[in-house]
Amino acid sequence: MEILTAIALMALMASLLADRKKTWKGIIKGLMMFLRLLPAILVVLILVSVLLFIVPNDLIVKYLGENAGFTGYLVAAIVGSIALMPGFIAYPLAGILVHSGVSYPVIAVFITTLMMVGVLTLPVEIKYFGTRISLIRNALFLAGALIVGGLIGLFFVL
Amino acid sequence: MKKHLTNNWINFLIIIAFALFVAVSFRTGFAPGQAIFKDQFYRFFKEMILFLPVMFILIGLGDEWINREKVERHIGKGSGLKGIVIAVFLSMAQAGPLYGAFPVTYLLWRKGASIRNIFIYIGAFCTIKIPMIAFEIGFLGWKFSVLRTLFTLPVIILIGIVMEKLLKNKSFEIKNP
Repeated sequence: MEILTAIALMALMASLLADRKKTWKGIIKGLMMFLRLLPAILVVLILVSVLLFIVPNDLIVKYLGENAGFTGYLVAAIVGSIALMPGFIAYPLAGILVHSGVSYPVIAVFITTLMMVGVLTLPVEIKYFGTRISLIRNALFLAGALIVGGLIGLFFVL
Repeated sequence: MKKHLTNNWINFLIIIAFALFVAVSFRTGFAPGQAIFKDQFYRFFKEMILFLPVMFILIGLGDEWINREKVERHIGKGSGLKGIVIAVFLSMAQAGPLYGAFPVTYLLWRKGASIRNIFIYIGAFCTIKIPMIAFEIGFLGWKFSVLRTLFTLPVIILIGIVMEKLLKNKSFEIKNP
């Protein structure tokens, strides 16, 4: 996180030198985005805090941890495909889950399906692409997400 | 807009309820309530509250500097490898959810983008966004982020190629609802 903060500061400095007005507008835009999302972020933090307190850690590790096997992927793929949340919320959540014992490959499947497969947004997608293409696309991306998760699983052990 | 407001209304209700719950827990010495706040919530909150605004400033700056329309002009039929590269880069600069990609694909299709590039665009739009990568690195680490990006890219391109093969001789059209 320190490195990222440094990168952000450098970008900010470069932007300031290049164009003051643009930089100012960018800062305001970013902070407004943050404020708009803050309630949602807080709510996710609250729900996760309560949930992690209620659900015993062993249970999480057993079903979503390193040795959970296919069950972990399956749960991640289902939740990821259905859930609808922006990355701004998904990544902090994923970070918390990793600290609570969820394995990286499972998180990878969750993140990838979350981003690429949209069960709830399927009606919107069908309006653009039609039913057949939308279903094919989601199926292919679901398979792709599982492949990415599997590959990360292979490499993360090394 | 109305939906946004009602959503926020529920969010604020949950936040206020939680604040009350924590306050009462500390007053009455209700241990589980204190633990939820101290061991869970506060720990997560502390980690994020300084980091998030910095990230959002970075996102805001990126949004100001990268002009989407300029890049969109370069993804045409027969654009080959260059088209793929541009499709990926174009989508990398933006922030937004999956359904935000569909209106753009309609525009791309109207401008003559190939089927392959359209689906590569959707895949890249969803998975390899620069602002999101910053979040990913921050919360899940460099190794995870680099591996996930490296593995996702070929998978997306492959899916684009498969979609093109599947739809080649069929009538393909993107509607603008």
